[in-house]
Amino acid sequence: MKPNAGGVAARAAEVRDGRLAWGSMAAEALEAHGTWERGAARLNAFIAVDANADRQRGPRDGPLAGIPVAVKDNLATAGFPTTCGSRILEEFRSPYEATAVRRLRRAGAVIVGKTNMDEFAMGSSTENSAFGPTRNPWHPERVPGGSSGGSAAAVAAGIVPVAVGSDTGGSVRQPASFCGVVGIKPTYGRVSRYGLVAFASSLDQVGALGRTVRDAATLLEVLSGHDPRDATSVNRPVPPLTAACERGVRGLVVGVPREYFPAGLDPVVRQLAEHALGALEGAGAELREVSLPHTRYAIPAYYIIAPAEASSNLARYDGVRFGRRCREADTTERLYELSRSEGFGTEVKRRILLGTYALSAGYYDAYYGRAQEARAAVARDFERTFGDGVDVLFTPTAPTPAFKLGERVHDPYQMYLSDVFTVTANLAGVPAMSVPIGLAEGMPVGGQLMAAHWREDTLLTAAAALEAELGTVGSPPVPSGAGAA
Amino acid sequence: MKDSPLEAVIGLEVHVQLDTGRKLFCADSTAFGAPPNTAVCPVCLGLPGALPVLDPGAVDLALRAALALDCTIHPVSVFARKNYFYPDLPKGYQISQFERPLATRGAVELDGGRRVRIRRVHMEEDAGKSLHDRFASATAIDLNRTGTPLIEIVSEPDLRSPREARSYLQFLKRLMEYLEISDCNMEEGSLRVDANVSLRKKGSERLEASTEVKNLNSFSAVEKALGVEIRRQTRIRAEGRAVTRQTLLWDAAGGDVRVMRDKEDSQDYRYFPDPDLPPLVLSAARVASLRAGLGELPRAKRERFRRQYELPEYDADVLTSSRGLADYYEAVVACGRQPKTVSNWVMGPVLETVKRGIADLSSPGLAPGRLAELLVLVDKGTLSATAAKTVLAGMARSGDPPGAIVQREGLEQVREDQVLDRWVTDAVAAHPDAVARYRAGEARLFGFLMGQVMRASGRKADPRRVSQLLRAALDADAD
Repeated sequence: MKPNAGGVAARAAEVRDGRLAWGSMAAEALEAHGTWERGAARLNAFIAVDANADRQRGPRDGPLAGIPVAVKDNLATAGFPTTCGSRILEEFRSPYEATAVRRLRRAGAVIVGKTNMDEFAMGSSTENSAFGPTRNPWHPERVPGGSSGGSAAAVAAGIVPVAVGSDTGGSVRQPASFCGVVGIKPTYGRVSRYGLVAFASSLDQVGALGRTVRDAATLLEVLSGHDPRDATSVNRPVPPLTAACERGVRGLVVGVPREYFPAGLDPVVRQLAEHALGALEGAGAELREVSLPHTRYAIPAYYIIAPAEASSNLARYDGVRFGRRCREADTTERLYELSRSEGFGTEVKRRILLGTYALSAGYYDAYYGRAQEARAAVARDFERTFGDGVDVLFTPTAPTPAFKLGERVHDPYQMYLSDVFTVTANLAGVPAMSVPIGLAEGMPVGGQLMAAHWREDTLLTAAAALEAELGTVGSPPVPSGAGAA
Repeated sequence: MKDSPLEAVIGLEVHVQLDTGRKLFCADSTAFGAPPNTAVCPVCLGLPGALPVLDPGAVDLALRAALALDCTIHPVSVFARKNYFYPDLPKGYQISQFERPLATRGAVELDGGRRVRIRRVHMEEDAGKSLHDRFASATAIDLNRTGTPLIEIVSEPDLRSPREARSYLQFLKRLMEYLEISDCNMEEGSLRVDANVSLRKKGSERLEASTEVKNLNSFSAVEKALGVEIRRQTRIRAEGRAVTRQTLLWDAAGGDVRVMRDKEDSQDYRYFPDPDLPPLVLSAARVASLRAGLGELPRAKRERFRRQYELPEYDADVLTSSRGLADYYEAVVACGRQPKTVSNWVMGPVLETVKRGIADLSSPGLAPGRLAELLVLVDKGTLSATAAKTVLAGMARSGDPPGAIVQREGLEQVREDQVLDRWVTDAVAAHPDAVARYRAGEARLFGFLMGQVMRASGRKADPRRVSQLLRAALDADAD
C-alpha cells in the first residue's frame, strides 16, 4: 500500500480507529528509505534516520496519528542531530525542541528522520550540504532543488507523505516544483520560528510539503498558530485550511503578473503555466493581467538583506560553546578563525562576507538601507494588487525544471536566479505555494500561487482546483536494481 | 597673548541594571552570586534556533527612569544588533537600541544648580563574564549575567569637574533607588560608569578630542580617575601636544589611567535592526499611567520635607532616600506627632530595627499608628526614652501595641513622689561619704547618687523628678 493512499487525514483516522497499526506507516517509510538508498545512485534525502521510528510512541488521537514525517535538519529536534547540513554543527545535539516539531509530536506524527539541505539553507540545489548532495528522484543526474531538497525528494520518492521544510527565498517552493510535489510557505508569522535555526530571520518561515494539496494543508494546519516564544509569531486564528481545499474557484480572481512571464522564460514552463491558467479559467476563475513593477529589484534586495542577517545570525558558531571547535588554536582570534573556516562551506562564507560588507560603516545606507526600500516597494506592489480585488496570483515557481547536478555550482549568479519568482513572497511576507502543473521531458514543473497576508485558505482553494483539473504528475519510478521487497 | 584657563568637559555613560529579577529576553533569574552557568537557557546561551522575547516589565522600569529624567519618550523604538566577537557574548551580537532609542533629550538639575542634559536613555542586554583568575592557563566564562536587563543613561558633556561628576552619579543613584528601578549596587555591577573627558578654553563652545575612561567601579574611583585624567590632559596641552582619542582603563591600585586602545581603530559594530524583535510600540496610555505612577520625585520631596516639616537638610535627605521611608515618616507625622521628634525616632531606633532585620516598615508592630502611640507615651512622661526604645524593640518583635508591652514588662515610668522619695532617702542614707563630699563641693558626685536612685528603681524612676527630689534632699539636709 502507498503510504499516502487516501491521504494523510484518512490514514490518521484509520490509526485513531485502530484499523491501522500505529507503527505500520513508519515501517513502510523506513523500508522505502532503504530501497532508495540501496539504488545505484543513492537518493541521500536524509542526514539522519531513526531506524526504530516504527516504535516511537505518541498520542493516538491527533490529526497526524501514526503519520511518518520528515523534518528538515535545521529544526531543533530531540533524539536527532540538528546539523543544518553543516560541518560546524555535525556533532551538535539540541537540548531543546523547535515549536514546529513539538506541534508535530503533539499531533501524533512519527518523526522518521532529518532531511538533507543546503548548508544553513543557503542554496537552491541541496548541493551545498556538507553531507553530499541529494538527488532528484525523477532523475539521478538532476538536483532536487533547494534548500529543502531532502524534504521534497523524500516526499516525491514516496518515503513519507508529508515533510517539513523552511523557505527563506523559495526553499520550499522551488524544490517542490523540481520534485513534483506540493510546497507551501505560509504568511510570515503564521508558524513559529522558535527552534528553526536562523538563516535570515525576517524572511525565514517554516513550510509544509506533501504529495497532494490536502496533505500539505493537513500538515500546515498542525504547524500553524501563535507561539509566545517567537516575538514575530502572530496571534490570530488559523482559518480551516483543509476545508478550504473543497471550496472551488468559481468567481475567484486570479492575477497574472506579467513580470513573471519574461521573454527568456523556458518555453515548456511557459506552455505548462498557460495550460494551468486555462484550467483555472475552465473551473470558473476570472483571469486578470496585473503588474508588479518592482519585481526586478527583488533579487538584488534579497541578496543584500538575507546575507546581512545571516552574517549576524551565524556569528554564534565561533567554536566557544558548541559545534565544531578547532583544537589547535592558541588564541581566541585563531579559535574563531580556524573553527569557522573549517566548519563553514564556500557558499556560507560567501554570504557571510557579502552580508558583513553590506552592513559595514559607510556602506550600510547604500546597500542595506536601499535594499529595505526596495523590499518595501515590492511589498506595496502586492498590497495594491490584492487591494484591487485580486484573490491570488499565479506564476511559474521557477524559470526552469530541475537542472543538472554540478551545472550551476560554480556560477552563484545563475544559481541565485532560480529563486527569481519566489523571493518576492518572502520579501513581502505573503503566503505562497507551489503545485505540480505538468512534466517537461519527464521532469516536473510547478506553478506558484501567492495570496494576501493570512489568506492561506485562498491559496489552498486555488491549489486544490488546479490539482483537480490537471491531476497529479504521478510518482517517479522506484530505482531499478533496488531489491524491491 | 596669554591663554585663557582650561576647563574640563565631562560626559558620563551610566549602565543601570533594571531590578526585574529576570533577564530581558528570557525568564532566567538575575539573582547575584548563583553558581556559574546555572541561570541560563537556550535563549541567553544563544543556542541555534532560540529567539528573544522582550520582557514588558523591563520596559516599564526603563520608562520610569526615562520619565524621571524628564526625557522625551519615543512611541516607537527599535532594538538593534551590535555585532562583535567576544567569548562571553554568546550570540556574537548584543541586543541594544541604537538609531531609535527609547527616550532622548532629558535633563536633571544637581544641588549646586548645575543642569545636566540627558542625551538618551536606551535599553540593552548585558554580556556574560570572562573570569581570568579562576584557572591558571584558561579563561572561564560565566553566562549567568548574559541577558540581564540594563538601561544606558548617556549625559551630554555638561559636567565641569570630577566633583560634579560624582554628585551627578549620586543624584542618579538616589533617583534609581527611590523609584525602585535598580539597587545600584556597584560591587555587584548593577551600576557601571564610563566617562568621556576633554579640556577646552573657558568660554569656548568647541568640542575637543576626548578620551573615554573605563573600569570606574566606585564613585570615588570616578572622582579620582577624572582628576588624574584632567591633569594628564592639562600636561599634554601645556607641552603643546594634542590629546588623542583613546579608551583608557582606570587602574585603582596604581592610581593611574592606562591606554586600552586607540579610538581611531575602533570596531565597526555593523548595527542593524534585530529582525527577531518587532519595533517597541508604546501607547500614550501606558506612558501616561507610568508618568502618573512616578508621583513626587525625591528632589522635590526633600525640598518639601525641609519646608513643610522644618527639618534639617540631613534629616530630609535620609527620610526621602526611599519612597517607602518617606511615606512612613509622613504617616507617623500625620498622627499628630511633632515632625522633628518623629524624624529622630524614624532615623534612629526605627531604621536600626529595620537594619537589624527584626522587622520592616510594613510590619504590623511598626505601623505608623503604633509608633505614634509610643511617642504619645514618651511625650506624656509615661515612658522614659530608654524604656521607649525597649518597647519599640518589643513592638517590632511581637507586633503588640506599645501599651500592652509597657504593662506586661512593667516599664511604666514611676513618677509618684512618695515612691521616689523613699528611693532618694535610701540612697542618701546608704552613701554618707558621697553625700558629704558632694556637700563639700564635689558636684560630680550628684551623678553618682542619681545613678544609685535609678538603679534602685530598676531604671523606672522618672529621671527628671528624681533629679529634683535628690537635689532638694541634699540641699535641705545641708542647712
